[in-house]
Amino acid sequence: MSLSANYFDIFVLPVSFDIEQNLLGERYRDLQRTVHPDKYANASEKERLLAMQKATQINEAYQILKNPQTRARYLLKLQGIETNDNATITDSEFLMRQMELREELAELKQIDPLNAFLSRLEKQIEDLTDTLSQQFSQKNYQQAYDTVRQFQFFIRLHEEVLSLEEELI
Amino acid sequence: MALLQITEPGKSATPHHHNLAAGIDLGTTNSLVATVRSGLAETLPDIEGHHLLPSIVHYAKDTPPLVGTAAKLLAQTDPLNTIVSVKRLMGRGLSDVKTTGTRLPYDFIENEGQGMPMIRTVVGERSPVQISADILKTLKQRAEESLGGDLVGVVITVPAYFDDAQRQATKDAATLAGLKVLRLLNEPTAAAVAYGLDQEAKGIHAIYDLGGGTFDISILRLQRGVFEVMATAGNSALGGDDFDRLIAQWIMQKAGIADDAEHRHIRELLDIAQCAKETLSTQDTAPLNIQLTDGINWQGELTSEQFNTLIDPLIQKTIAPCRRALRDAGLTIDDINEVVMVGGSTRMPRVRQKIGDFFKRTPHVNIDPDEVVAIGAAIQADILAGNKPDNEMLLLDVNPLSLGIETMGGVVEKIIPRNTTIPVARAQDFTTFKDGQIAMAIHVVQGERELVLDCRSLARFELRGIPPMVAGAARIRVTYQVDADGLLSVSAKEETSGIQSEIIVKPSYGLQDNEIERMLKDSLEHAKEDSFARNLREQQVEADRVINALRAAITADGQHLLKHQEFLDINSKLNELLSIKEGKNAKVIKKAIEQLDEVTQDFAARRMDHSIRHAMTGRSVDEFTEN
Repeated sequence: MSLSANYFDIFVLPVSFDIEQNLLGERYRDLQRTVHPDKYANASEKERLLAMQKATQINEAYQILKNPQTRARYLLKLQGIETNDNATITDSEFLMRQMELREELAELKQIDPLNAFLSRLEKQIEDLTDTLSQQFSQKNYQQAYDTVRQFQFFIRLHEEVLSLEEELI
Repeated sequence: MALLQITEPGKSATPHHHNLAAGIDLGTTNSLVATVRSGLAETLPDIEGHHLLPSIVHYAKDTPPLVGTAAKLLAQTDPLNTIVSVKRLMGRGLSDVKTTGTRLPYDFIENEGQGMPMIRTVVGERSPVQISADILKTLKQRAEESLGGDLVGVVITVPAYFDDAQRQATKDAATLAGLKVLRLLNEPTAAAVAYGLDQEAKGIHAIYDLGGGTFDISILRLQRGVFEVMATAGNSALGGDDFDRLIAQWIMQKAGIADDAEHRHIRELLDIAQCAKETLSTQDTAPLNIQLTDGINWQGELTSEQFNTLIDPLIQKTIAPCRRALRDAGLTIDDINEVVMVGGSTRMPRVRQKIGDFFKRTPHVNIDPDEVVAIGAAIQADILAGNKPDNEMLLLDVNPLSLGIETMGGVVEKIIPRNTTIPVARAQDFTTFKDGQIAMAIHVVQGERELVLDCRSLARFELRGIPPMVAGAARIRVTYQVDADGLLSVSAKEETSGIQSEIIVKPSYGLQDNEIERMLKDSLEHAKEDSFARNLREQQVEADRVINALRAAITADGQHLLKHQEFLDINSKLNELLSIKEGKNAKVIKKAIEQLDEVTQDFAARRMDHSIRHAMTGRSVDEFTEN
């Protein structure tokens, strides 16, 4: 197995959106135990460089697969479907809902309502994850593509809420 | 021709060979050196039996610098030549230093633009890196005398929240002190290693580390020898010193001492403040007796109630990073299994109480908060030096601050977000703004804010030689790589043209590589050490290391991963190095090491792939979890 193989192969996992997180974590740690630069502290400069590169690749693969949004984007990429950060959404109903959420967020100036808003957002992200799971299991990639783009909007909003929270506390 | 020796499988090539290695906690107030002897990690004392070395350096004409307690005694009488808390200046500019509170009692030299401030002393201008190197030299000497040999390498701890410039400065100081750095280790992670191994701890741990000048909070998952940092946050300019300064200011107010008091009075007041703070860790009141040489006399006392009111805002400043670390780790307070207190400043009862309140549990305070970091560093140094080849310990750390690049309008585009597991590499593509543009300015910044102005500038460089194209046609790929020490290197490459234009930059804050070399040369001349002999010895040690590592590799994997001809080629280069290394020419030895490295490169890559395959052997895609 070479590390240029797809990320699922690296961890000997089936190519699927539904992923056994425990297994992924366990295999990730087994691999890092083997290639982490700490294991090569005494090796030659070239070997240390190689170890850093391998460990970097394994970290990257792990991050991509661990997180549902990046995992979904990666699965689409394997299908030849590129997802772009700046892709626009034409679904007017979804856009309307997003605008309402943003307006609501702009009004929040206190920590408790902000946290409630955050919980709602997280619930919606969870729902989107379930939707993605269904769409991928039905090989419905075009719909999954739309869901991923919606997902990106929610992730961005989520980040904004977190940085707002940081300012408030 | 000498034959290559191969040991029996499973037996070490050099039985009972122990590489001398040490862990160093280079602290703001105190520093320590520790090592693993007979399987036991312990800090090393000086001749008088003191383990803590005050991080204080005194410079005087025509004598070597004094470091530690001897220097501390001179801090009040000769404050301008006695440098205290130099760690606070590492990798920082004068403007940072000025904003960290009341002015520090030194004679700073205003330098233009970036770079660390130099301090004027009787022996000339001294940079924080040189001053830190003097502390490290003392610890190196202590360790080598105590262990009876040269150190092959050290692990030096840094605050987890240190940025790239502060880490690089620390590594430069080690180079200047003649130390080989095996790893820069984050202090809370080091504490977790010492604590975790000792207590066989499992689960989610919050390490709250409040030292003399820095604050870190790290959240780690501990399981079966794996120490995985989930998130870290902190403040690299907040620590016990700030508590002292508050008390000193309070005294000045009460005693009517002007804010522009003399340097030595400020130092004296800070010492009194520190004493009072320590008294209040065990008593309810601290008597204050101020008698300054300019006639100011004041008697009073500080009660713990007054003290708590004074310091609560500072403790509060540590709570926000705790919240942020929890958030970044995706956890709530209820997920934390243990809170471990590290750093001398956690001796303050008020700190323990407030942090206990926040985490809703009594924090662990039964480990020595001063020694635990050095002990953890010694344990890792022992492993990295190759003394425990079968050890399963794995440390997975993160970068504490986001790394970004300046884009149009002075806005930061984040390339690697904070709390990403290291080593990590991320690339981003950029394009040209004007027709025929042949160069691109790249500005590397670190920090969480959106505007470049609010972030720390790490490096500026230019990629030149972009072939002229219409605007937007070039594709310049900028790659950020953070290594296992948390140090960044940046490369930029134009990818459409095939014409090579590439640049790789390691940010260094104010000190260039050649400056380090010059200082190294200066210091060697001062020490009257023969740099030729030193260089030769270093290359010989390196040759032995390479030979031992290669022999072990061939013993383990030579048979199935090397073709006969490859084995012969490696053998011949190895024998060449074996005969050359007994000679007197460091350059020739270095060359032979490089040649051996070259001829073993494929073997090394194959071994790594083999070990990856081996780690996943028996795993199948439909295996069920054990849990």
